[in-house]
Amino acid sequence: MKTAQGIARDVQSGESSATAELENSLSAIGARNEELNIFLYVDEAGARAAALSVDERVAKGENVGPLAGVPIAIKDNMCQTGIPTTCSSKILEGWRPPYNATVIDRLMACGAVPVGKTNLDEFAMGSSTENSAFGPTRNPLDPSRVPGGSSGGSAAAVAANMTPLALGSDTGGSIRQPAALCGLVGMKPSYGLVSRYGLIAFASSLDQIGPLSKTVTDAAMLLEAIAGHDPMDSTSLPEPSPSLVAHVNDGVAGKRVALVRELVEGADDDVVASVNRAVAALKDAGATIVELSIPEFRLGLSAYYLIAPAEASSNLARYDGVRFGLRVNGEDVAAMNEATRTAGFGAEVKRRIMLGTYALSAGYFDAYYGQALKVRTQMIDAFKRAYQQADLLIGATTPSVAFAFGSKTSDPMAMYLSDVFTIPTNLAGEAAVSVPFGTGEAGLPVGVQLLGPGRSEAQLFAAARVLELAEGRP
Amino acid sequence: MTSTSAVSTLDQVMERWEPVIGLEVHGQLLTRSKMFCGCSADYIGSPPNSNTCPVCLGLPGVLPVMNRVAVEYTVRSALALNCEIPEHSKFDRKNYFYPDMPKDFQISQYDLPINSGGYLDLPDGSRVSIERAHLEEDTGKSTHLGGTGRIHGADRSLVDYNRSGVPLVEIVSGPDIRSSAQARAYVAELRGILIATGASDGRMEEGSVRIDANVSVRKPDAVFGTRCEIKNLNSLRSLQRAIDYEALRQIDVIEDGGSIRQETRHWDEILGVTSTMRTKEEAEDYRYFREPDLVDLDPDQAWQDRIRESLPAMPAERRQKLTARVLDPTPAQLDGVEVVIDLGLEAFVNAAIDAGADPALAIARAANELAAGIDDLHNLTLESFSATVRMEQSGELSSTQAKTVLGELLASGGDPKAIATAKGYEQLSSDSLGTTVATLIEENPDEWARYREGDEKLAQFFIGQVMKVTKGRANGKAVIAELQARR
Repeated sequence: MKTAQGIARDVQSGESSATAELENSLSAIGARNEELNIFLYVDEAGARAAALSVDERVAKGENVGPLAGVPIAIKDNMCQTGIPTTCSSKILEGWRPPYNATVIDRLMACGAVPVGKTNLDEFAMGSSTENSAFGPTRNPLDPSRVPGGSSGGSAAAVAANMTPLALGSDTGGSIRQPAALCGLVGMKPSYGLVSRYGLIAFASSLDQIGPLSKTVTDAAMLLEAIAGHDPMDSTSLPEPSPSLVAHVNDGVAGKRVALVRELVEGADDDVVASVNRAVAALKDAGATIVELSIPEFRLGLSAYYLIAPAEASSNLARYDGVRFGLRVNGEDVAAMNEATRTAGFGAEVKRRIMLGTYALSAGYFDAYYGQALKVRTQMIDAFKRAYQQADLLIGATTPSVAFAFGSKTSDPMAMYLSDVFTIPTNLAGEAAVSVPFGTGEAGLPVGVQLLGPGRSEAQLFAAARVLELAEGRP
Repeated sequence: MTSTSAVSTLDQVMERWEPVIGLEVHGQLLTRSKMFCGCSADYIGSPPNSNTCPVCLGLPGVLPVMNRVAVEYTVRSALALNCEIPEHSKFDRKNYFYPDMPKDFQISQYDLPINSGGYLDLPDGSRVSIERAHLEEDTGKSTHLGGTGRIHGADRSLVDYNRSGVPLVEIVSGPDIRSSAQARAYVAELRGILIATGASDGRMEEGSVRIDANVSVRKPDAVFGTRCEIKNLNSLRSLQRAIDYEALRQIDVIEDGGSIRQETRHWDEILGVTSTMRTKEEAEDYRYFREPDLVDLDPDQAWQDRIRESLPAMPAERRQKLTARVLDPTPAQLDGVEVVIDLGLEAFVNAAIDAGADPALAIARAANELAAGIDDLHNLTLESFSATVRMEQSGELSSTQAKTVLGELLASGGDPKAIATAKGYEQLSSDSLGTTVATLIEENPDEWARYREGDEKLAQFFIGQVMKVTKGRANGKAVIAELQARR
């Protein structure tokens, strides 16, 4: 499959057309979507109209934009006008948003063609896409295994060559972990770099939209297109979109990269081996390597599983049957609320709403939520100290390669642990990228994670590009 | 129990008991748009749910963006209440399920409000402390059909979100108020301040200002008793009646050997009673936490100073200034001053006084005629008001005629002299009035003699005769002046 960069170039030059590229994408989806359960909704008519419009503008000699005619998959927790948006939950089944998320507007403005909405763990709560009310997504590299989650559908769409690009959202690792399990590049940008307007909230202080792609350059192109200040999001950073593609080949010469002990602790041997090889590749490219221990990282999981559910318990209150989505009638309003939520939410969502409600309750607030906020502050400080000694950090993205269906569903803690290496970045609001590097069990890809301070996306892509080249990828 | 009997009974027990009252006053801010979106904050009269957007409907994925003017209005009103503006404040979510609250949480302020620690001095010289003044969003409105007409047991409920997200300032007083009359005076003064700062239109009848009253009773100088909160009082009369009823109810319970349960109570305007809404045990745990979708507020000193400097004079100062222009004001004139201050009509009164009008007359015309035509005030100029008052004072117009001219000016503007002419109010010049009076004196020598001897009733006789001859174009006061000049 062509890269996004290749498609945009060919569409703009007239060598190819947006319509032709879209039809390739639609036939790839048609061939395997039933088997893999990646797209919950394919907007054939809308995508064809968008592609046609790109072709007409090219014909008129207009510069359509950096993503001219590039088909893109959208995680089904981002709103697109008139397109069913479910968050993979029964509670939103049939709901069609009357507005576009800012990222959708920006993609269209850059000439991209959104083809449809991809499966996820319900409300982005999970690490395997097994928590979808509409059935799990299968990993295209090995359909007996999970694609990771919660952006499993988006990752699988790119891995199955259905689209060269996909948008995911990352609250505790939900872009990077499925990127690792599907052999893709996936970035969690700095908090506030990409507008959250129209991203259906899971945990507002942690959520961030980011790119999934096969190549580092494609991820940089996509992020550059969607990043930058948005007046509709108060937490959006004030600066315009950074220049990323232009710096992809900047390399790592002279950069200090720290291998963090806690980011390989407990990982499978072949995962650790990949990380070590990646460290060596960066050293070969001129980086200085140091080793660091950041013990605060061990507290991340506990803090995350209080902060994220606390925010979720409030964010998900509006699914009450009154205004949109599912309504199950009851004797009075309170009974209707209860019946709707009982029928509409899956087990994991209910578990987290209860956890979060408890953590915020009078008498427990200080011991749970309040304590978690203190840990979060410690985490931020620990990162700051680390960045006095290094420009970037390196470790594994996830402890293992893609795992089999059902292997962790009976034990929530085991499932939560698959995010142990990715969570610290979300808590600190910083940036990190997962890049495929080497293989592990059954020849499945391993993801290596590079972490950087806020707004270090260009440096992270440059380092990821060094690893990509070291693996012999163009 | 009627409120009259409640008040008199309350007076009797006042020797033994003292009510302790703290008020939470919610004022809708006069911003053009809502607190977090671009929808109009002026929702009155819009068809249900027409004044809404994804943000104020709380649709999945939307985010709030703070209306800076709402923050400024909150700070303006707080500065007028002598509040401190902390260097740092934040917004929090107050979580509870209610169908007219689209997100099922309200964005409010919990432990770090924009304003804290102020006070308000009342006209009687008493001072009420202000604990805080914070900014929060209004809810939609529910209508419950069938059954009890309240949310529980209704057959159907309809919700209108036009009001959802309108900014409110909530001003919380200390438990410093000791009578329902003082509570009333506090709210009246506070309302005046909200209007003066431009923060609110203060229209209680339209729900722009709503009050929750915390009431407890104690023996003088004893510790505070257990309080009950009466929700959603929306007139000064309801406020006073509800407090009186509630204080007496609590005294009755205690004197009968019972004790007060902390609870939230509902005021029934028709029955004139409060009743239990929910007890402390049933109270919601709001699970407040920092609103992660908004940034904290760190108001800088220069901005605060700018607001402080731009504040107009507050009602207390304006009342004092205007009262000072009236010599020995009567109680009725003081009431007139109050109306003028309340409606912001001083510019008219001052212009008339400066142009030589009698202050009492200017205040009376403003407090009555201008107040009655307040919605049409834009048709009236300071000059035309001054001119009309002076025409009345000089006898060119009778009181009735002056009122009619003012009514005409309010309805469609114009020139007072032209209106008087068009209405045929063209007064007789004092020369021709003098001639008429002299002729009538000659024609009625008996009546004139009795008048000269001190029978004032005869003045009415002469006025009647003059009116007959002039077909009503004379001014009664001017006739008396002519008579007295010849006495």
